[in-house]
Amino acid sequence: MTTLGVFNYWVAVVLTMIGLYLVMASDNLVKKLVGLNIFQTAVFLIYITIGKVEGGTAPILKEGFDVYSNPLPHVLILTAIVVAVATTSVGLALVTRIKEEYGSVEEAEMRKQDEE
Amino acid sequence: MISSHLPALQVVLPLISAPVCVLIRKGLVAWMFAVAVSWITFVIALALLVHVVANGPLSYAMGGWAAPYGIVYRIDLLTAFVLIIVAGMGALVTTSAFRVAPGDMSRDHQNFFFGIFLLVLTGLLGITVTGDAFNLYVFLEISSLASYALVALGRDRRALMAAFQYLIMGTIGATFILAGIGLLYAVTGTLNMEDLAQRLQQVDDSRAVKAAFAFIVVGASLKLALFPLHAWLPNAYTHAPALVSAFLAATATKVGVYVLVRFIYTVFGGVFSFETMSLGPILMVFGLCAALVSSLVAIFQENVKRMFAYSSVAQIGYMVLGLSFASHTGLTAAIVHIFNHAAMKGALFLALACAVYRLGSVELSELRGLGRRMPITFACIVIAGLSLIGVPLTGGFVSKWYLVSAALEQDLWLVAAAVLVSSLFAVVYVWRVVEVAYFQSPPDGKGARCEAPASLVIPTVALAVACIYFGIDTEPTVGVARAAANELLASIP
Repeated sequence: MTTLGVFNYWVAVVLTMIGLYLVMASDNLVKKLVGLNIFQTAVFLIYITIGKVEGGTAPILKEGFDVYSNPLPHVLILTAIVVAVATTSVGLALVTRIKEEYGSVEEAEMRKQDEE
Repeated sequence: MISSHLPALQVVLPLISAPVCVLIRKGLVAWMFAVAVSWITFVIALALLVHVVANGPLSYAMGGWAAPYGIVYRIDLLTAFVLIIVAGMGALVTTSAFRVAPGDMSRDHQNFFFGIFLLVLTGLLGITVTGDAFNLYVFLEISSLASYALVALGRDRRALMAAFQYLIMGTIGATFILAGIGLLYAVTGTLNMEDLAQRLQQVDDSRAVKAAFAFIVVGASLKLALFPLHAWLPNAYTHAPALVSAFLAATATKVGVYVLVRFIYTVFGGVFSFETMSLGPILMVFGLCAALVSSLVAIFQENVKRMFAYSSVAQIGYMVLGLSFASHTGLTAAIVHIFNHAAMKGALFLALACAVYRLGSVELSELRGLGRRMPITFACIVIAGLSLIGVPLTGGFVSKWYLVSAALEQDLWLVAAAVLVSSLFAVVYVWRVVEVAYFQSPPDGKGARCEAPASLVIPTVALAVACIYFGIDTEPTVGVARAAANELLASIP
């Protein structure tokens, strides 16, 4: 395995941890969504890395192109990116409504208001 | 021939109808349209079950692309059984949504409600029929995203926060499943479940496969709200509109259990799951904790919706416990309980929807004397409650019977005892509701009878009758569950 391949996996692991940590540790709902996005993107990176072949091109039938990257994981991730965008937009829509109702996007502040 | 395309229609019909529903501006017309679609979906599910019982598993190549390359819809007995539950609940809940309590959900945008509802239905049916691992992830996200929106429709502003929490946990779960599927693809180079199963047999002792297994089991456990990953569920069910709670409690978590069963038995195989990865003890501990702790927590709730939400976590514990025995009886118990729990929780939450329609709230103190004011609704709560406890001649008894005998088969006396203890807890919390409703007098000047409209009461009664019917005539449920368990266990080479 080339250094590049291993490097990508390490980056994915680090990004996953950063994303999950943000989701758990931040009090701000928008920051939570940012963390969630980082976490999802890290998993996408694993897929992209799996499909990549060193020196490979897109699968085009033409002379001079013999090594192809596997296009399937890349296509799957296109779908997953769409899903992630949808998730983020639903999440942000909820945050907007929460801001309207509570006047805040901080979790601690909301809890205080609900207890009153 | 239209009948040969039933597996595709099962999913495509509600999917296409969802935007149509949104385009229909009139709430009433949208309702009639959604009811028609959901009942047709249910008939398709019935036709599929009849076909599968008669002719064995059915494969459908989507778009005519052959098996390992194209997406395959594969319907075996377990699939058909879960389809019936999801489509049946969908049909009953859309029917009962004819009149929703204004205090529970906004009436202005009913067409949007039905649109989103049909999307959840599409996603849940899609997860069940698909034979392709990545397709499963996509449907999982369709159903989840739509159900976040449904939960957020609750009138109380806490519903928004509950939906947000659900979104965060749900997305983490789904992304775990995605990571697991990615690792499996890296090892085997395929996404088709049958193909995956065959190729995984030839891979021995791969760390990637073990990691994939861990990712998928944890992801699915988040989705089915296995203790201690259940934190999102009580809030979501409490603050969502009552009809949405009824539908989600009866179907969403059950489909989560289905995903777990599908991956454990069909993809990874029982030998890998239970011997190499020793999943049994893990599931057993968490299942028991769920049954005991959540039942205990349910006793102390003042909001009846939250009480039954915790009870849902406990009941999911029973299903997972059934799986953990890795035996034929245990698997049968889990599958039967998927059905029986859908019937009883559907009945309970729909009955609460009736109560919300009249009272606007289901705090325990508000329900005083309601047994005499809404006799039919509360009779349904009692029947479903008895089924929840596991009294003989109700569906719940049948599932518990199989669960306890699965435990005794392996001489696990303590586990059997724990199941009985958690049933005792169920007696306590069901009794709390019954006591308040029947033995306390209604608040002054509110003694008049006020049964909810027929459109809400009839589906509730139908489900309560199902609780009793399937407790007496066990052949339809247990027969299919046994045969499904046979099929799953036979798939192990």
